[in-house]
Amino acid sequence: MAVETDETGIALTSLETLTLARELAEPAGVPLHALLFATTEPPTEQMLGQLGEQGVATVYITAEPRLAAYAAAAWASAAVQVAQAVSARVVVASGTPRGGELLAHISARLDVAMAANVTAIEGLAPFTVTRQVMGGSVLEEMRLADSPAVFTVAGHACEATPAAAVSTPVVTPYRPTVEDADLVARVVRTEAGEQDHSAALSAARVVVAAGRGANGPDGFKSLLELTDLLGGALGVSRVVTSLGWRPHHEQVGQTGVRVAPDLYVACGISGAIQHWAGMSSSKTIVAVNTDPDAPMVTRAHYAVIGDLHEIVPAVNDEIRRRGH
Amino acid sequence: MVNVLVCIKRVPDTSESVLLTDDAMAVDGRHVGYTVSPHELCAVELAVQAAADGGTAGVVSVGSGDAVEQLRDALAVGVQHAVLVEADDAAFGPADVAAALAEVVEAGTPDGTPYDLVLLGNDAADTGDFQVGIRLAYALGRPVVSGVSTIAVSDGVVQTTGAGPAGTEVFEVPLPAVVTVMEGGVAPRYPSVMGRVKAKKAEIDTRTPSVTPRGNGRVRLKLPPEQPSQVVVLGEGAAAAPALVDLFETMGVLTK
Ligand SMILES: Cc1cc2nc3c(=O)[nH]c(=O)nc-3n(C[C@H](O)[C@H](O)[C@H](O)COP(=O)(O)OP(=O)(O)OC[C@H]3O[C@@H](n4cnc5c(N)ncnc54)[C@H](O)[C@@H]3O)c2cc1C
Ligand SMILES: Nc1ncnc2c1ncn2[C@@H]1O[C@H](COP(=O)(O)O)[C@@H](O)[C@H]1O
Repeated sequence: MAVETDETGIALTSLETLTLARELAEPAGVPLHALLFATTEPPTEQMLGQLGEQGVATVYITAEPRLAAYAAAAWASAAVQVAQAVSARVVVASGTPRGGELLAHISARLDVAMAANVTAIEGLAPFTVTRQVMGGSVLEEMRLADSPAVFTVAGHACEATPAAAVSTPVVTPYRPTVEDADLVARVVRTEAGEQDHSAALSAARVVVAAGRGANGPDGFKSLLELTDLLGGALGVSRVVTSLGWRPHHEQVGQTGVRVAPDLYVACGISGAIQHWAGMSSSKTIVAVNTDPDAPMVTRAHYAVIGDLHEIVPAVNDEIRRRGH
Repeated sequence: MVNVLVCIKRVPDTSESVLLTDDAMAVDGRHVGYTVSPHELCAVELAVQAAADGGTAGVVSVGSGDAVEQLRDALAVGVQHAVLVEADDAAFGPADVAAALAEVVEAGTPDGTPYDLVLLGNDAADTGDFQVGIRLAYALGRPVVSGVSTIAVSDGVVQTTGAGPAGTEVFEVPLPAVVTVMEGGVAPRYPSVMGRVKAKKAEIDTRTPSVTPRGNGRVRLKLPPEQPSQVVVLGEGAAAAPALVDLFETMGVLTK
């Protein structure tokens, strides 16, 4: 299992994936190995604690300075070397951009099939998974006939739960062979920029989102005010970004950011399946829409029917009136 | 001056609810339109821009003859030639599509010059396999950059930018190369009337792949359980504001 880290330690999606991998490894009586690309710093005590809670037996860290800059082919080559050293039967990562890219390289190198965005394991013989297709609006049962079975796990498809028995992972530095050809496509520099906002959006506890109903680039004033009052982030539909009303990094959906906030307030968004794909994991969904039959309204937990340009300013006034 | 080939896939454009065919092996496309992924629309735009200084931009799709509709859409916005690789979608998996695309890349442009750059979407809108571009790169023995939003080609090098976990990541890769595109870096143009007329008349180069398909492992499709509507309508218009603010208070999202 290739593990990703972020400012919280081990990334939540990686913990979810570890849980699914453990549920596969434990009954089979095989160990769970984690692979960390930590070339500059060793894993922190906190990270090792998190991995131990997931029942990880060994943590391989790639001690190879040439892997410091991200190069998918070289990282995949390192992962293949570890997988072969431990005779891995299953190779997994979370369905993040990095996880999917890494596993696609691994499966191409090993010439085996790969399943993207798996939500459940259906059976072991033959190895059968369920995965998300069409942005998550359809599920596919898929057979993975090759060995090792290679798949990514869809974000927030299963919950990260600790193992019954906490382990003390053995940290094993691993020095893979790196071919020059695998370093041709590597990050030459990283610039601070837009994606910082989309990271904030994807982690936001509250998202105020707006669609075509905003009516134009000037229709966002009260929506931004509400976003501010709720301490949240603004999200938008693809119509809004296509028309150039707001930047693309604010787009929620299948080809935009995926969010899972406690509260999603969808204003003037119809709820097309490709939009739904990006926000269906929200805990509470509130729809503000003129159309009581819009899919966003019928699938929401709460709705207010009417013109967002009347409702949102009234809500802002009410919040301020109550002294928040 | 570069020769660019962009790979697109015809997919059902279902925005409300999806229906499956009786054998549950496909999405029922009888009552929906067809489109390509927004990622691929951006790839087409990038291809047209990259070829604007005297290079060529071609487009290819592997699938049924109906994909001619999507190929013509690409021709209408400035792509110069189109290849249809006729194949049975249901029998093909991502490795098979990559193998079929590799044959087209290796054959080169209509006048026989090699393709310097192949663009694809990061993931197809229907199967979402997240791998055809990468498999194609391995089949061709070329470097690949995934999930980029912009490209710039000069002096035989493609420079790409795309969002990474710590910021915008820049790659500089010598051609020939493969690049997969994510929506967001460019605005796909709309076809002009002239463009449409030209596209309608253009000849589509139709080929048969010499790929023995390995398949895609599909056992069946299923729909996620539909949640019955449980929506609580808090009210209508501005009069519902207090009820909504009550909800925010109960949820504890109003911090102060
Ligand atoms: C492959 C693919 C990928 C896609 N990816 C994405 C994606 O990532 N994200 C995404 O969002 N879309 C995506 N789309 C597009 C998607 O199918 C829809 O077209 C889009 O989400 C619709 O945006 P919308 O809800 O803002 O607009 P519409 O569908 O036009 O809906 C507008 C809604 O606003 C309501 N309304 C209008 N005026 C008001 C008002 N004054 N007050 C209150 N309500 C009002 C209307 O009743 C309606 O419900 C994708 C499509 C495809 C084919
Ligand atoms: N049948 C096909 N014909 C042409 N290009 C394809 C086809 N299938 C996938 N692709 C390309 O490969 C990308 C990734 O697809 P996938 O790996 O299936 O998610 C898509 O965005 C397309 O650009």
